[in-house]
Amino acid sequence: MARVAVVVFPGSNCDADTLAAAREAGSEAYYVWHRETDLQRADVVILPGGFSYGDYLRSGAIARFSPIMTAVAGHARAGGPVLGICNGFQILCEAGLLPGGLVRNARLRFLARPTWVRVEATDTPFTCLYEKGDVLEIPIAHGDGRYVADERTVAQLEASGQVVWRYVRDNPNGSTHEIAGVCNAARNVVGIMPHPERRNAPVLGGQDGARVFHAMEARHATQHAVDVRAVGDRHLRV
Amino acid sequence: MSRYRVEVRVMPRATLLDPQGQAVQRALHALGFGDVGDVRVGKHLVLDVQADSRDEALAHARAMCDRLLANPVTEDYDLAVEAA
Repeated sequence: MARVAVVVFPGSNCDADTLAAAREAGSEAYYVWHRETDLQRADVVILPGGFSYGDYLRSGAIARFSPIMTAVAGHARAGGPVLGICNGFQILCEAGLLPGGLVRNARLRFLARPTWVRVEATDTPFTCLYEKGDVLEIPIAHGDGRYVADERTVAQLEASGQVVWRYVRDNPNGSTHEIAGVCNAARNVVGIMPHPERRNAPVLGGQDGARVFHAMEARHATQHAVDVRAVGDRHLRV
Repeated sequence: MSRYRVEVRVMPRATLLDPQGQAVQRALHALGFGDVGDVRVGKHLVLDVQADSRDEALAHARAMCDRLLANPVTEDYDLAVEAA
């Protein structure tokens, strides 16, 4: 069972759905309030969607300085998986844990509707159960979802396969290179604008997002078995 | 220690599309202000800062912009400082 910390900021509103999706996938998920400084031995950290601090100044700009973010940055530096969904993605960009930034949608409107994204990279802790090229139907709900970065950064992201999801059919917010999600150079920190936690069961209209959460559990199980073998064959798990 | 009034102007980076500015421009055109060209919308912050000198107030304000008030990826800023 992977221990999954779902960080709650004032104004988070997808924390309960995210916690439920992680539990549904078999993880031991729990909330961590943003004023705390300890992630309680988390294997995976998720920054959920919402409108932390009312999106004041810029989306994610103030949450990025919450006390818990020091521990999140430490977890990321140590190679621990971190997923930012929507506002969580914005916070990770503001914190410098992911390259680029997210600005106002090109056509101004707040968009809450399904989108289609293609999985472009499967070598991340959150996409390892998908096939490259899979097209997923996952909804968005954002006003500031247009991913931007300077030309050099975008070229670098493309060259090193750090674009994890890309919008297909249409680009809802005008993001550069149709980017819907990216990862850092070490590939353990991942951000996505659409909400996989809102598509993890047929009753929600589909389950294209479920494997994001199953991946955390699958990866944890594999990693654990490897760790045990490394200690000695006597403790090899069957 | 003196008090300084620091004004920070934060603008979306010139190379980035500014949909807010475009919407305002269209509204102005609709109102008959056809002579308006490009419009860009930014933010104006006014801070009351304690410092030993104007230079110190400026340096502090610059640090605030670099850390929080402006996003170096998407925005540019400029500062004006005067004794309060």
